[in-house]
Amino acid sequence: MNMALLFDGSLIVLILAVAVWTMAVRNSFAAVIGYATYGLLLALAWVRLAAVDAALTEAAIGGGLTSVLLIRAVVRLRSSESAARAETPGRVSRLLAAVLAGSVTAALALVVLTLPEPAPTLAPQVAANIASTSLGNAVTGVLLSFRAIDTLLEAVVLVFALIAVWTLTPDPLWGGRPGPRYELDENGMLAYLARLLPPLGIVVAVYVLWVGADLPGGKFQAGTLLAAMWLLAIMAGLVEAPPISQRWLRGALVLGTVVFLAIGFAGVPLAGAFLAYPEGHAKPLIIAIEAASMLSIALTLGLLVLGPPERGA
Amino acid sequence: MSVAESTFYGLCAAALVGIGLYGLIVNPQPLRKILSFNLVGSGVFLIFGVVARRGAALGMGGDPVPQALVITGIVVAFSATALAVALVVRLHETTGAATLMPADAGEPPTP
Amino acid sequence: MNTLPTLLPEATSAGGYLLVLALVLPFVGVLAALTLGGRHARAVAMLALPLGLVLSLAIVVEAVRSGQTLVYLLGGWAPPLGIALRADGLSAVMLLTTAVILLAVACFAHADFAAPAAGGEARRPFMFWTLLLAMWGSLNTVFLAGDLFTLYVALELLGFAGVPLVCLEERPETLQAALRYLLFALIGSVLYMLGAVLLYGAYGTLDIARLATLVRPEPAAFAAAALMTVGLLAKTALFPLHLWLPPAHAGAPAAASAVLSALTVKGSFFLVIRLWLDVMPGIVTPAAGQLLAACGAAAIFVGNVVALRQKRLKLLIAYSTVAQIGYLFLMFPLAAGLSALQLPTAPAVTGGMLQAISHATAKAAMFMGAGLIYSTLGHDRIADLRGVGRQLPMTMLAFALGGVALIGLPPSGGFMAKWLLLAAALTTGQWWWVVVLVLGGLLTSFYVFIVLVRAMAAVDVPLTPKIVVPRHREAVVLALAGLSFLLGCVALLPLDVVQIGRPALLPAGLQ
Repeated sequence: MNMALLFDGSLIVLILAVAVWTMAVRNSFAAVIGYATYGLLLALAWVRLAAVDAALTEAAIGGGLTSVLLIRAVVRLRSSESAARAETPGRVSRLLAAVLAGSVTAALALVVLTLPEPAPTLAPQVAANIASTSLGNAVTGVLLSFRAIDTLLEAVVLVFALIAVWTLTPDPLWGGRPGPRYELDENGMLAYLARLLPPLGIVVAVYVLWVGADLPGGKFQAGTLLAAMWLLAIMAGLVEAPPISQRWLRGALVLGTVVFLAIGFAGVPLAGAFLAYPEGHAKPLIIAIEAASMLSIALTLGLLVLGPPERGA
Repeated sequence: MSVAESTFYGLCAAALVGIGLYGLIVNPQPLRKILSFNLVGSGVFLIFGVVARRGAALGMGGDPVPQALVITGIVVAFSATALAVALVVRLHETTGAATLMPADAGEPPTP
Repeated sequence: MNTLPTLLPEATSAGGYLLVLALVLPFVGVLAALTLGGRHARAVAMLALPLGLVLSLAIVVEAVRSGQTLVYLLGGWAPPLGIALRADGLSAVMLLTTAVILLAVACFAHADFAAPAAGGEARRPFMFWTLLLAMWGSLNTVFLAGDLFTLYVALELLGFAGVPLVCLEERPETLQAALRYLLFALIGSVLYMLGAVLLYGAYGTLDIARLATLVRPEPAAFAAAALMTVGLLAKTALFPLHLWLPPAHAGAPAAASAVLSALTVKGSFFLVIRLWLDVMPGIVTPAAGQLLAACGAAAIFVGNVVALRQKRLKLLIAYSTVAQIGYLFLMFPLAAGLSALQLPTAPAVTGGMLQAISHATAKAAMFMGAGLIYSTLGHDRIADLRGVGRQLPMTMLAFALGGVALIGLPPSGGFMAKWLLLAAALTTGQWWWVVVLVLGGLLTSFYVFIVLVRAMAAVDVPLTPKIVVPRHREAVVLALAGLSFLLGCVALLPLDVVQIGRPALLPAGLQ
């Protein structure tokens, strides 16, 4: 048995064990911590599957940001936890659920084992056409050129989700600031980190964005990093969350999508199609879209974690 | 890692989907349902990752199309989680309710 | 087993650019409303919606003129690497229906959701108009995208636009309803995506037209079909996955209920049609078609019977939606049966689509009418509707016309739809669906009748309305109901628009 197989085997067992524990543990706080661990383990699995872009995204969003979101929620929901636990369904429903879940797993396992060999793939097509974008990272090529509409719509998804979250604002607080007021503790650890990390984080984010054209990375990973830095500064009390009615904030939220759309439509006269790039100019245009999107994504992700406004402006 | 070994990750993903589905149905707390939903989602993405890995060709470690779609999927799943969490918290603060009431228990509507 | 030669090469067709505009316009509206702020959101919507109506009309005209599916290759990349937007007759008709209904809803809601006279933006109007545009964009994406993953994103968009519409009024029960709706929507889309992932794993493409030629009866395809169907049914609220719908649709403001009931559920239903008739007709078994329609039949009975027992008008209308969704699924075994006899599937498919459109117009009118009744009376208790007929004659007429369309009496769209389905059932010897159609219509007529009788009952003292409803709002409701009433006249058209770009016979398999 070689080392790689041993590593993969242990990783898979560990992932499954943490997943089961996350589902089974009674305390919700523990479950969220379990989920954060699970996210990091999963990122390792993505590396093993040679998908470093996905690994970075899973670690940053799946493991990081989702966990922050859930931890904040668990703390606020704590008072109701024991009441909810009492309503666990009876043995028969649990058995039915197990049968259903088990058959789905069995069917999926069967499909995984009978996937065609050799596997159908679009890798050759991507390889044949990536030159037109001058990008070195094929994943970025797929996201920003071949399947640009998905990425454009995904930016719209983020905006929709934020609008939906804001709908939950109590009427008198509309236009106010999301989240509680965090008091600054000048000598606290959080304030120290919040002063130390953001400059570093911003540099790393810009780097991740820049290399994303040719190496793993890009606007989502960079945007998540920026969002994390911003949230850190807010939670340490260094900066305040902005009132949601601010015009600059609204503008910054849609900036990435607007730039994407503008370049997309410019492609109609200049490159013959919506979302096409003029010959030889693909790379700078893609980097422009990524840079603008990074800002919008960072703001949107941060505001999604903070939730609807809870106090006046 | 050979392509054949990626099949183990595929089986792991299939199990994750099942574990998540079970939790989604059985757990009464909305927050735990959201967690379970994320588990199902990550299992689905992992299957896609295995599909991508199997499609490795021409020096690429995997088929870049599914790899790119997974990134989109993770971001979409996060948005969904954020909305669901905001709803649960708001509901909790309005009513103190901890679980979803039966469908018919809701008060009659106004327009 | 590679793609059929007839499929290649695919190129952007004449008028293809219209599809891009129809897709992008609503999203540009959302971004503009968000940036300009709540005071301008209504103006943005009132500007964009008529433009969108013109666009969708242009798409229908272009499809009729060319007699073919309109295609646009995004970024100039052809599938399977790139993504195509496609509009066949089915898409074109749904685009037009959506634009018409949303414009009517916007006219109806114009006064309800005005920005406050002074001060900054307010939550309700800002959200309503933004979400209306959001819903529109999501639906257009569902109708136009030719790629299963793009459609996944579109499904999520649909959920994110629909859920906040449910809890626009922030009462505990609407928040409950919204949360339950969201959980169903999320599990629905994750199952859908799981299916799409399996299809990519087996065939290396997510393009609908390409998959149609590649899908073979094997585990991956069967698992994908089952997972995607269940996911979409959860979103369409087909019995027994319907429990989330009534509280969600009944709790929203009238204009939002109209959109949710008329259009949102049709988005996921549209994808069921795509999946069953376009992606995998070759592998879906006849038993599966019968099962789907059996769920539909159960929905018709359960929905109608529970609707009869409701004490509140809006809940009655919401349960009626559960029943009407059931009718939509009768088309699948009928299309299969016709195909097995080597007959064109057109009657079943057109019948199903006509039912979708007829229900959309009728139900939007009825929900908005219920809103006006609530404004006038201050409640919507069915037992106390007495006298409202005199106060709101146009609204009650609209309710009656909408009811006629739901029951399926001539010359309504519902009649034409049920006639086509009935004929298909008789042709293929599936008499049991005839029974379902007839009994369903009978049950529907009971509750429509009860509401009308109560509302038209004479009163000694004319009631004093809480709010005097402006006549033009009643007129909008009546116009939409009139549309559903006269929709049956499409039978007089020389061309069946729904069938543009569709093969007359299904490939073997569903037979």
